[in-house]
Amino acid sequence: MKIDRRSFLSLGIGVAAGTAFSPLPWKLMDDVSIWTQNWPWTPVPAKGESTWVNSVCTLCPGSCGISVRKVDDRGVKIEGMKDHPVNQGGICSLGLAGLQLLYSPDRVKTPLKRAGKRGEGKWVSISWDQAISEVAGKLKELITGGQAHTVAGITGGGPNTLSRLFKRFLTAYGSPNFFNIPSIDDSYRLALQMMNGATPDATVGLDLENTDFILSFGCGLLDGWGSPVHMFKTNTAWRKTQARVIQIEPRLSRTAAKAYQWIPITPGSEGALALGIANVLITESLYRKDFVDNYTSGFEGVVNASGELQKGFKQHVLDNFSPKAVSELTGLDPAAITLLAREFAKAKAPIALFGRGQGKLPGSMDEALAIHALNMLMGAINQKGGIYALPTPDSQTWPVVPPDAVADSGVKEPRLDGASSDAYSRLNQLPPAVLSGKPYPLNALLVMEANPLYTMSNSKAVQEAFDKIPLVVSFSSFMDETAQNSDLILPNHIYLERQEDAPLPAGFSKPVISLSKAVFKPLHNTQHAGDTLILLAKGLGGSVAETLPWKDFEACLKQAMGDKMEPLQKTGYWVNTGAVFPDGKTTFTTPSGKFEFASSAFCPGFTPVKIEGDASYPLLLIPYDTMRLASGYAANPPFDTKILEETILLHQDGLIEINPKTAQSMGLSENDRVLLQTPRGQANVLIHLEEGIMPGVIALPRGLGHTAYDAYIAGKGVNLNGLTGPVADPISGLDAAWGIKAKLSKA
Amino acid sequence: MKAEENHGNTKKFGMVIDLDVCTGCGSCMVACMAENNVPFRKDESDKLKSITWMRVYKLSNGKPYPETDICYLPRPCQHCEGHEGHSPCVSVCPATATDYDMQTGIVSQIYTRCFGCRYCMAACPYHARYFNWYDPVWPKGMEKYLNPDVSVRMRGVVEKCSFCIQRYQAAKNRAFMEGKADIEEGDYQTACTQACPAGAITFGDLNNPAHAVYKLKKQPNAFRLLERLGTNPKIYYLSSREWVRRAGDNYLKNEGPAKIG
Repeated sequence: MKIDRRSFLSLGIGVAAGTAFSPLPWKLMDDVSIWTQNWPWTPVPAKGESTWVNSVCTLCPGSCGISVRKVDDRGVKIEGMKDHPVNQGGICSLGLAGLQLLYSPDRVKTPLKRAGKRGEGKWVSISWDQAISEVAGKLKELITGGQAHTVAGITGGGPNTLSRLFKRFLTAYGSPNFFNIPSIDDSYRLALQMMNGATPDATVGLDLENTDFILSFGCGLLDGWGSPVHMFKTNTAWRKTQARVIQIEPRLSRTAAKAYQWIPITPGSEGALALGIANVLITESLYRKDFVDNYTSGFEGVVNASGELQKGFKQHVLDNFSPKAVSELTGLDPAAITLLAREFAKAKAPIALFGRGQGKLPGSMDEALAIHALNMLMGAINQKGGIYALPTPDSQTWPVVPPDAVADSGVKEPRLDGASSDAYSRLNQLPPAVLSGKPYPLNALLVMEANPLYTMSNSKAVQEAFDKIPLVVSFSSFMDETAQNSDLILPNHIYLERQEDAPLPAGFSKPVISLSKAVFKPLHNTQHAGDTLILLAKGLGGSVAETLPWKDFEACLKQAMGDKMEPLQKTGYWVNTGAVFPDGKTTFTTPSGKFEFASSAFCPGFTPVKIEGDASYPLLLIPYDTMRLASGYAANPPFDTKILEETILLHQDGLIEINPKTAQSMGLSENDRVLLQTPRGQANVLIHLEEGIMPGVIALPRGLGHTAYDAYIAGKGVNLNGLTGPVADPISGLDAAWGIKAKLSKA
Repeated sequence: MKAEENHGNTKKFGMVIDLDVCTGCGSCMVACMAENNVPFRKDESDKLKSITWMRVYKLSNGKPYPETDICYLPRPCQHCEGHEGHSPCVSVCPATATDYDMQTGIVSQIYTRCFGCRYCMAACPYHARYFNWYDPVWPKGMEKYLNPDVSVRMRGVVEKCSFCIQRYQAAKNRAFMEGKADIEEGDYQTACTQACPAGAITFGDLNNPAHAVYKLKKQPNAFRLLERLGTNPKIYYLSSREWVRRAGDNYLKNEGPAKIG
């Protein structure tokens, strides 16, 4: 038989139809699917007894209560603790992903000593005994050489007991160089100190629940400002009480989108707007006259050092900050400024807040004072719905040990950052001091619960400074940038494995201390950094060992907490419900005895922060914060990177927000690859067109561009800190930068 | 059929999400992934392949600066009732891997029945269903945190939001052990509802007048997504902004937002 085309086709179709109608393909498909679904590499989680353990999350200063679900020894879920005063059951995306940090295979599992070149990633595991004796040995050498003061310590732990112990260790050793990671909290403390006479160690309290008008000068109230979950809860409560949030910033952030009104103004002109509002309040007599007349000084006039009467705050504002003048600085219509001031004055309990984004940087003091002056004009000091200084929890009963001769002379040496004390650490001044070797070279750096190599701006200079330090010791259990560039790593337990106090979350209305518990037995050969410090002190001997006499950190914490320890262990938190708002007469000690609008030392004004970059950089680059990106010591766990929008991170590339009009004028369209250049550095980014950003301004998020941690975050996007640099504030010496000039060109 | 369509006296779980309160922070997404053993990969920026049972969308009013406004919209599976339980996905599944439960109103997904034809994904107008294109792989040691109450899905099957049905089963068991006739509102809450730091999500029995969702869904600002398709979803949204309510469907310029039902 001849096979022609026709019979070939009909045979083919016949076979196909026959097979299709037979059970064969269906049976095969079924078998194949069952087979694929029994692949042994799909994990089957083990069952077991389910329990819940309460603790506190210390991944950010927010200090939310958490409930951890355990199945036998495994942690399977972290949830918000229902009745915790800070977060009332809510929890953020970082806190939820905490178990990914605990179980990460990329943790530092044992003490490590550098084997190759620094930063090369070659390590040898060493025992704890060896680790302690190596560090203690190096520190002893420095004492013998009279170099005790050339040691510095950086901590990101906030004002907790571990940080205090660290400072105590350095002081007893003979170093004045104890550094906290500075933030907006420093500016709040300093503003309260200058204008309201609060003590430098007081914590700023904000009675936000009882305010009804929030004038937010760029604060990312819903982007991680203050205690993030607490702020979310407060914002929801504001919806019910119909409190109004006015968000002033050049970019439509989540906070701006949720606010009653979004007012975009020229970046950097926030302080001028505050004084413009003050001008209207004074001109139209809308301020609380009784409060200003009775409890403040410096409003009408200031007597200067030589006894002459000078212009007070009032005249200064009237002369220089008319709505018209402010309009030119901010780009806002004069009528809009007047209207805003009237609305602010009409409110029952208005409050003005400062601190851009999450408040990662301290910012300009001039601006802080100008904005805080609005609170003074409205009498929102020590009042319901206002701002006040919370008393420091009872002083701790740690023994006083007289320092030895080395310590005594060491702590009298000037600090490397030029600050007079560690109350306000000028961390941004440390790299230049290290690079110049003045006033003296830095011989050893101890880093605890911080990742300065990533989080400090002007990355290049920070890296160069690090390269000059002969000994860098990290206490990190994450292989972060700083740990990767250190000589010895003495890994701490992570927050779920250690007991620690978490004091006062920023911007809370009552003093609260929470206690984090060892929810899990340490997974690896890590050690509580408090225990490590005590062992180091023992290794050094002498008065250092005497100053840290405890057998372990737990004993030290017990003594520090005193009678608070019992309620802390029982409920997990301690609230000082008896804390009364400090009475102006007793707590505040300004030179005049009153709240000061101005004095011979200062007067709120507007001095624009000198943003880096000349005319060859036509754009303004500003950072922004998002709840989906951790940008502090902890880096994003995989879940949080997974939920990042593709308009922030696309494959390995970071995206820069730009107004479509600006982009069009430069011939750029969505996802174009461009070279972003600033006076401090350059990077390749993709364009993302966004209507919600002021033309001429471009924005990058904080928290990307890691070179360390794990493959789920390293090498993705751009580290903003490599493109920006610090600008020292003339009043505080802290970093006042809010952005940098930039240019884009097609790559 | 009428009684059955309205579930009669049975439960009908649903959600009311207040978009005025939602900040788009993403907690619900992570809470869901942590509760339900959702895997992750090194690059998750291709959102068509990124498995997020709960996904937060960003809506914009499309106006130029400075009139721009944005709103975030969390989108779990809408657990469509359709008519008589004929939700779009259930109707097309050749394997009965997905089903509408008349006792709870939950659209289930049975992974071991699914053979990955993805008809349901094509049928779902909400993009609420996701296909496992890859083997789920956890970095070494991280599989320790997997929840034993939820099975891990294998490559080749479709998955989606289950309203944390394991929590419903656990709540029923607890109630039984405690000798209670029925579970209470607080006994069964989804992971996203519980985690939401803004308190934007309310979950409960839409048929039970004592539950918060019963009243909330009747608010004048309430709307559902793609109302006019007749999918009869059980996720209600609240928004005081008209442009957001209009964004819930493909309305013509001269049309107003559709009324519920």
